[in-house]
Amino acid sequence: MSEPYSSPSSDVMIQFDRVVKKFGDHVVLRELDFSVKPGEFVTLIGPSGSGKTTILRLLMTLETADDGTIQVGGEYLSHMERGGKLVPADERHLRNQRKRIGMVFQQFNLFPNMKVLQNVTEAPVRALGLSKAEAEQRARELLEMVGLSDKIDAHPMQLSGGQQQRVAIARALAMRPQVLLLDEVTSALDPELVAGVLAVLKEIARTTDITFLCVTHEMQFAQDVSDRVMMFDQGQVIEDAPPEQLFTQPAHERTRSFLHAVIDRAV
Amino acid sequence: MSDNLGRIISTLLEGVPVTIQATLGGIALTIVLAFIAGLALLSKSRTVRVISRIYVEGFRGTSEMVQLFWLYFVLPALVGLQIVPLFAGILVLGLNHGAYGAEIVRGAVQSVPKAQYEGAVALSLGPFDRMRRVILPQAVVEMLPPFNNLFIQLLKSTALLYFISAHEITQKGEELRPALPMGDLTVIYAVELIIYLLLAIIITVVMRALERAGARRLGRKPPPRSKVFSSATAGGV
Ligand SMILES: Nc1ncnc2c1ncn2[C@@H]1O[C@H](COP(=O)(O)OP(=O)(O)OP(=O)(O)O)[C@@H](O)[C@H]1O
Ligand SMILES: [Mg+2]
Repeated sequence: MSEPYSSPSSDVMIQFDRVVKKFGDHVVLRELDFSVKPGEFVTLIGPSGSGKTTILRLLMTLETADDGTIQVGGEYLSHMERGGKLVPADERHLRNQRKRIGMVFQQFNLFPNMKVLQNVTEAPVRALGLSKAEAEQRARELLEMVGLSDKIDAHPMQLSGGQQQRVAIARALAMRPQVLLLDEVTSALDPELVAGVLAVLKEIARTTDITFLCVTHEMQFAQDVSDRVMMFDQGQVIEDAPPEQLFTQPAHERTRSFLHAVIDRAV
Repeated sequence: MSDNLGRIISTLLEGVPVTIQATLGGIALTIVLAFIAGLALLSKSRTVRVISRIYVEGFRGTSEMVQLFWLYFVLPALVGLQIVPLFAGILVLGLNHGAYGAEIVRGAVQSVPKAQYEGAVALSLGPFDRMRRVILPQAVVEMLPPFNNLFIQLLKSTALLYFISAHEITQKGEELRPALPMGDLTVIYAVELIIYLLLAIIITVVMRALERAGARRLGRKPPPRSKVFSSATAGGV
């Protein structure tokens, strides 16, 4: 990594700069560049196995890039500057970066050893240093917003998938992230539970200035909430346009055939 | 039936307190060592892993009885420090079963889905909180059934303390033997078996209660009560 990197700027929330990610010989991201502005809702679409989850996992520091840099809010995510050079970040730097980023997983990943309320209060208390009372107040408000005030004392395992996912959303929001990553958050849900979760997300997108990067197969949802949609394939963003344009007049043949396939599958 | 049954029972029962002390002390030490060594086996540091591996293989791979003799007979001769039999026993039982327990701890921690770790990372929890608040509470529930087996084995191993003259059940039995007619041999050993069995059942009952409590904490269906006896006897005596 010898070439100069673009300097951090404040009108960009997420910046991928020539990011390369390989699994063994399999190159998943090929010098991937893209950026997301603060408060933007960007949806990432693309074929299965193309690397959408990998992009989100890199942002959540669950994977490390093989080359290139990622900046969030003008700061390097997995690198630190030491004597004018970029070096891999240590655990403390990573933990500080993670505080600004939240992620909601396909399989919810709630902690089964904690009741619903504690799932939401645990990280604000342990990682942000909130008092228990403050964290509980915040958790109750968020659980009310996702419509689960009556489930505060339930075990996660006693909830439906849709309810679990709404707890997971509240849990991520309790950290007051600047960026929220959504990885196919309704894919594991029974069809009748999808709408409730999407409604909650729409409401959050409308009422907060959180920056969203979202992977979904819910094309109607993507069209409704996204400021931009990026079509991702073979390690690169091949098309990047507002949803009304990308969904109705895709410029690339590959986008077109992908949308056909997805929409056929949906009906 | 022997005329000496009453005497046999009361003499053997005199050994019960020491057996229980050795068992409880051994279990306590086992738990501490199992967690330390088990977590060390998962350490990022190679050196830590190797040290723990040496402990585990060293104690699993050598005879418990020889370990006891080392501690009780050889060590005093070498460094001039004589250990009380009960403590020597607890130390060997703990060191030995702690080595087995380390693998139980390691396996249980590894059995917690990776998604739990990732969920904790995504919430900025640090390595200590991830382990202490998320992974271990789930892993401990998985450890209970294998620890139940291990503790019963530890109970039965307390009979080794006979060889260093601790006044536990087996030693009491051997003490009694020359004083009674040959015909009473069967009675002595039958009573011994029954006492060990009863103690093993107590361990199982406690562990099953913990299992049920653990399952409830994780919001799972608790295992049924009726299995208590089948798994107690499956442990053997
Ligand atoms: N830990 C890993 N080890 C090896 N290969 C991996 C690993 N994680 C992902 N891959 C590979 O990287 C590629 C991209 O995976 P990724 O999960 O990012 O795809 P995706 O676009 O999210 O797919 P989907 O729509 O099916 O969720 C896939 O070919 C996958 O097999
Ligand atoms: Mg994926």
